Amino acid sequence: MAESTADISTGTAGEIEFRHVTKHYPGRRQAAVNDLSLSIPAGEICVLVGPSGAGKTTAMKLVNRLIDLSEGEILIDGRDVTKMNQTELRRGIGYVIQQVGLFPHMTVADNVATVPRLLGWERSRVRARVRELLELVGLDPDEDGSRYPAQLSGGQRQRVGLARALAADPPVMLMDEPFGALDPITRERLQNEFLRLHDEIRKTVIFVTHDIDEAIKMGDKIAILREGGVLAQYASPEDILTRPADDFVAQFVGADRALKRLALSRVGDLELLDSAPDAADSPVLTPDTSLRDALSQILTEDGRPLPVQENGAVRGYVSVQLVTRALQPERVQA
Amino acid sequence: MIGPVLADSGPVIPNFGRADTCLRENHTFCWSWVKAHWSDTLGPALVQHIVLTLIAIGIGFAISTACALYAHRRGWFERPFSVFSGVLYTIPSLALFQLLVPISGFSTLTVEIALVSYTLLILFRNTLTGLRSVPEETREAARGMGLSDSQILWKVELPLAVPAVIAGLRVAVVTVISLGTVAAFIVDKGLGSPIFHALQSNFTTELIAAGALAVALALAADGLLLLAQRLITPWSRYRRA
Repeated sequence: MAESTADISTGTAGEIEFRHVTKHYPGRRQAAVNDLSLSIPAGEICVLVGPSGAGKTTAMKLVNRLIDLSEGEILIDGRDVTKMNQTELRRGIGYVIQQVGLFPHMTVADNVATVPRLLGWERSRVRARVRELLELVGLDPDEDGSRYPAQLSGGQRQRVGLARALAADPPVMLMDEPFGALDPITRERLQNEFLRLHDEIRKTVIFVTHDIDEAIKMGDKIAILREGGVLAQYASPEDILTRPADDFVAQFVGADRALKRLALSRVGDLELLDSAPDAADSPVLTPDTSLRDALSQILTEDGRPLPVQENGAVRGYVSVQLVTRALQPERVQA
Repeated sequence: MIGPVLADSGPVIPNFGRADTCLRENHTFCWSWVKAHWSDTLGPALVQHIVLTLIAIGIGFAISTACALYAHRRGWFERPFSVFSGVLYTIPSLALFQLLVPISGFSTLTVEIALVSYTLLILFRNTLTGLRSVPEETREAARGMGLSDSQILWKVELPLAVPAVIAGLRVAVVTVISLGTVAAFIVDKGLGSPIFHALQSNFTTELIAAGALAVALALAADGLLLLAQRLITPWSRYRRA
């Protein structure tokens, strides 16, 4: 394995390519993953989504060889994972699972230090790395570092899981429903923080979820799998919402896909109206408000246009017509 | 030579050295005897008892840990060893000593074989349960992070098994300390021998003193192990209820 002494959180990312990957479990007729081909550019988040039995977790575990594939190949930066040393392969891949799986007998700091220590890093370097990571995921290195997992809340535990997975600066991260066990508020906060974090660290991420809303929010690209592990569509969230490949995808995405598309755009992306009648004492939107939330606000206010404020000054007004027009394909900005 | 001495000493009652009234009248418990005979009777017996116990626990722990590790890897081994150690556990101790005498004689070996056989079931069961207590997601995360099977064993499974192992040791140690007194039927060692001696001579002080020492030893050993467990596994206090 290449020595990666460069410092650190900005690190490396690897391209992942699935080539005609198939997984058969012995004694089962239907394949778990069936002839899956897709390539994930370095630094992007690819979400595997689909109903249960669609093989999304299986497909993910083929990458770090927790499950062995039957046919095809998976390449990371052009290297066939089945030809790599299994231990080295896994130490180069951050792995985050829904139940986190922290070591209950180790402190938070020791949990995070696990892989760096296995790699034989010097003590001072491990300590510095642990501090850096705990801060990165929003924990206090002094106060939280010496606590045990059982003393943490669910959200804190998943933060530690994330820090532990990032510890050795792996170019690739696998995340299996990482926020699935959290309450909705904590989940949304961690989703947002992970997206912000990802802007910084730019890992290649495979993210498994069964929740299409989460997929649309987190993914640069979304791979929708159907039962039997067949790839139904692999495209950007915009494309999947605008042009579902078939009935299965359309149904999976849901009848409210127009609203979901609105959730992807911000008020600030629109060309706002210069003036609007009757806009006094209305609730105020910001450029960061999603079109979906803006529409909801407008409907609450009997459909009248609402002002958008930035730095205390009104930048313009949003109307229902403006929002509707944003849904027309030629006006969508990817 | 004898005559004048007898004449000086007054009553013709056997005189146990500098015996006081308590001893002469064989009261239930005489502290003076305990003080007088600590160094020639009770102290050595206590040390012998500790040694007997340590050897039995050491060997029993080694055997049962090895077998538990094997059963952890190869599941089929659990049942036969459980049956074997379970049968040993049910044999009455006196009967087991007598059964072993024709083979290994009136020796410390006989005593240790018997004592060890009583530790196996509890130590094996607890160690195996402890090794299996590692949550599946913890094991999966460990594998996903690139820990090898032996690293998972040493860094995850064994440390997590410690509370269960020590719980087993506590029961085993108390059992062995208590059963060890019966060993005096075979060899003249341990706290069993003053008890045995006292039973034959109807001397309650010695009986009570040796018996109390055995109880105190068991309590102390149990307490020490509990303390050790608290020190070794500070995390176990925070386990989710």
